[in-house]
Amino acid sequence: MFESPSIAEFLADSNLASTLPGTLLLAWTLLLVIVDLFTDEERQHWTPILACVGLGLSFLANIAVYSLAEGEQVALYGMFIADAFTGFLNFVILVATLIAVLMSWDYLKRAGIHRGEYYILALISSAGAMFMVGANDLITVFVALELLSIPLYILAAFRSIKNDGSDLALKSEESGMKYFILGAFSSAFLVFGAALVYGATGTTNLPQIFDIAGGIVGETSSGTFYLLVGAALLIVGLGFKVAVVPFHMWTPDVYEGAPTPVTAFMSVTAKIGGFAALLRVLITGLSVLVLAEGDAVAWQATATIIAILTLVLGNFVAISQRNLKRMLAYSSIAHAGYIMVSVAAAGSANVIDAATQGALVYMLAYMFTNLGAFAVVMTIEREDGSGGNIDDINGLAQSRPLLAMAMTIFMLSLTGVPLTAGFVGKFMIFSAALQAGLFGLAVIGVLTSVVSAFYYIRVVVNMYLRDSEGELQPPLDTQYLRWAINIALAGTLVFGIFYPLATNLVSMVSIA
Amino acid sequence: MDVTGLSLTTITLFLPLIGLAILVFMNGETQKSNLKWVAFVTSLVTFVASVVMWINFDPSTAELQMVQRNTWAEVSLGESVINVSYFVGVDGISMLLVLLTTFIMPIAILGSFGSNIFEERGREKLYYIFLMLLEWSMIGVFVVHDLIIFYVFWEVTLVPMYFLIGIWGAEERIYAAVKFFLYTMAGSILMLIAILYVGNRSGTFSTYSAGGDVGVIEKVQNFDGEGTYWDALGPDGEGEDAGFLLDSVESFLFLGFLVAFAIKVPIFPFHSWLPDAHVQAPTAGSVILAGVLLKMGTYGIVRFNLNLFPEATVAWAPTIAFLGVVGIIYGAWVSYAQNNVKKLVAYSSVSHLGFVVLGIFALNSQGLQGATLQMVNHGISTGGLFLIVGMLYERWHTKEMADYGGIWKVMPLFGAISLVISLSSMGLPGLNGFIGEFTILLGSLGSDYLGFAFTLFGTLGVILAAVYLLKMFQHVFMGEFKKPLADEAGYKLTWYEKAAYIPIIIMIFWMGLQPIVFFNLLDVSVDSIVAMFVG
Repeated sequence: MFESPSIAEFLADSNLASTLPGTLLLAWTLLLVIVDLFTDEERQHWTPILACVGLGLSFLANIAVYSLAEGEQVALYGMFIADAFTGFLNFVILVATLIAVLMSWDYLKRAGIHRGEYYILALISSAGAMFMVGANDLITVFVALELLSIPLYILAAFRSIKNDGSDLALKSEESGMKYFILGAFSSAFLVFGAALVYGATGTTNLPQIFDIAGGIVGETSSGTFYLLVGAALLIVGLGFKVAVVPFHMWTPDVYEGAPTPVTAFMSVTAKIGGFAALLRVLITGLSVLVLAEGDAVAWQATATIIAILTLVLGNFVAISQRNLKRMLAYSSIAHAGYIMVSVAAAGSANVIDAATQGALVYMLAYMFTNLGAFAVVMTIEREDGSGGNIDDINGLAQSRPLLAMAMTIFMLSLTGVPLTAGFVGKFMIFSAALQAGLFGLAVIGVLTSVVSAFYYIRVVVNMYLRDSEGELQPPLDTQYLRWAINIALAGTLVFGIFYPLATNLVSMVSIA
Repeated sequence: MDVTGLSLTTITLFLPLIGLAILVFMNGETQKSNLKWVAFVTSLVTFVASVVMWINFDPSTAELQMVQRNTWAEVSLGESVINVSYFVGVDGISMLLVLLTTFIMPIAILGSFGSNIFEERGREKLYYIFLMLLEWSMIGVFVVHDLIIFYVFWEVTLVPMYFLIGIWGAEERIYAAVKFFLYTMAGSILMLIAILYVGNRSGTFSTYSAGGDVGVIEKVQNFDGEGTYWDALGPDGEGEDAGFLLDSVESFLFLGFLVAFAIKVPIFPFHSWLPDAHVQAPTAGSVILAGVLLKMGTYGIVRFNLNLFPEATVAWAPTIAFLGVVGIIYGAWVSYAQNNVKKLVAYSSVSHLGFVVLGIFALNSQGLQGATLQMVNHGISTGGLFLIVGMLYERWHTKEMADYGGIWKVMPLFGAISLVISLSSMGLPGLNGFIGEFTILLGSLGSDYLGFAFTLFGTLGVILAAVYLLKMFQHVFMGEFKKPLADEAGYKLTWYEKAAYIPIIIMIFWMGLQPIVFFNLLDVSVDSIVAMFVG
């Protein structure tokens, strides 16, 4: 007879404790839904405070799980894996969400759309990203991806809840709709790819795919074919999420239309989740996809081409942008290109670890820097959404020297100048590419960063070297935003100056 | 060799940062008059520290001295782990260039004492902070021997210079600053790729050996397999012989480094950023740019290209030396055509640095010694020329030569000083410029790699230098006095202006009359570098 296991047995069997950072955050968020329901207008500020507490608890849980557990822990019957990779990226995601929450506070009040649901959705999305980085099974990848994405669709359209027919509300609605349709479309690719891989190997578990695919490749031609098409579709599906060329079309519109803190949040979290899944699927699952003895992995060439296209297009199109948010959107495409460089490098068997570590450090650096840059843009944006153009920051160094200094450091870090976190990330990624023998890719990578220097430096030029034209408007109330900038700035500098910090944190990472 | 304790080099390197920290905590408004003094005293203390280094320096060994080496980070590259280390120390060449840096810095700061740029642009505090940052990073470039940390310092020099030009420069400052930044960054980022490759192949980022770890240079020199070190370890594992230009890994690496340095020097045809940057920069910026920053390029060629890629150096020597000679003639030619005093001096740098490049790629002892000495000479005399231009501009507010004339009549002392510095720049025997240029030409004549024509055209450059510098001197200081100042007091040199010129004049005569002091410093270090190429 079928006997249902007791809860204690279930907990022990499933090793649920290893998923604690994610599950705790999710449980806390569900509680928050109820709490938010019963808080009145006056005590509205409790929701974001409790959201921050939840993030803090999850952070502590993350530390506990990864300092108590040794090596890697497989949980949920092989669906989830808690290893150094998961632990590090959980940390990045939690900090990113914290900064995003701090950024949202002032903005939402200013825009008249301060609602508790906002934070709840952000936290759910963040939990989804945390499950995604620990996904050890194609099913988990898919479910976590949906958990990550669906709240983001709503968040992108969040401005339209104040249905005043204004341009901003319309744009936000359009942004959410576009994101939703293309996101759903890309999920279909992902599922189809997963189905084909399942068809070839008979399993969705990544380590098992690795074992079984090793026997198939080269033996049965149909099996190899399904694996190849499956891998390609998985790359397409995840490529949409991380916005690499040619799957990037939605990015600028969605980023521009969405409320700015949402843009900042999704440009970081969705990318981290997407790239983590991409690395896991391609390395843990499909790094045996070698067609002929001595060749590199079959997907390396694809990843290289995607990386080159992304770097070139992202950086060159960003030059012509006048709107700072749009510029950051294209620059975030370009940064996806840099992370893609390390994905391509991971195609060579001997550099898998170096490439993975490079990607992680790059994501850490990108998280701090990009959120910081968005926070600065929000500080100078006006209530009606104007003031975000490149000319609007003219003379900022005179009127608000500290803000201009922070923005300068973010821009230098995005360019990859030494003593900022961005340099450490670029350094590790290009080392990995060279080690993998991808010289052309590395050279294109550095040359495009010179191109990127052009538009990042233009921001600095406008702040420091040009005088503001119009009258100075009084700064808006940006109490919490300032905290967001401070955290991002500290991260950018600390990880940039104390180089070993980041490299030591990722030194245990190995997902091969 | 002591490799861990706090060395004198470290102390000298970090002194400017102490000044920077003090400046950061000062109030830019209420303590405005003290800012410059903090910067000046810091730079003076740094200079004293570097002189102490010189006293402690033992010129009889080619080994690095006052070394400190601490592991900073471990980089995992594939299967191997490579240390990035904080590795500082000086040999004769580094020592001389550190002295040049710390010598020019107080002079440049004195040069901004009376400057009126702050009345218009303000932000005096930021200005001195950037100067301190610049001094720190420039000394760093000359003393570190770890490729990654070198790259860090190299890139960091860009940031303060960019702001110095961009905030306190002349009318076209934004264009010049952006051009400077992008141009130099494009070059150096290719070097980063080459650096990463070198680290990958040789398993270390340290160029010199220290504390039991074998550095890249020793690995290259002791390599006794087929072909060259770099190509034997090439990606295909097959070595090729040295009769190549572009078909080997070593050549690519050589060029990766060279392009970064060539842009900084600048070697013709990479010079187009220089006139813009020089003309737009404030006086102190021009002095430092010409005095020290350009030397980072030539220093890099000597330290890295020659040491790490000897075979490629030999293969490329005639080509690069040819570009050097083209630079000598071209720089002089264009310089003569200028009506703008500052542009004239700027182009003269292209010509003078051409000599240094020629000397380096003569690949023998005289050539390299002359080149190193010429780096210092050029720093002192061209730095002095930019100071002169700055002081003229502050009084008459024009850079057009046609607006000047007869200055000597009203400012006799200033005229005499300018004459000495111009003569030094054109290489008059008895002054420092002559020693450098003469030794370089001697070196190129005796070079195994360069033909007679190189020396011939190089010599032509010496004559051309006299032509354009005398033209400048004649237009500005001789002839009819055209524009009297409203305030007669302007004809007198202030104390800080005099104080800036005294050390320059002393050095011009000292290096010209007793060059042996400086040759002694270089002798052994240079010989250890050229040993690979001679005989």
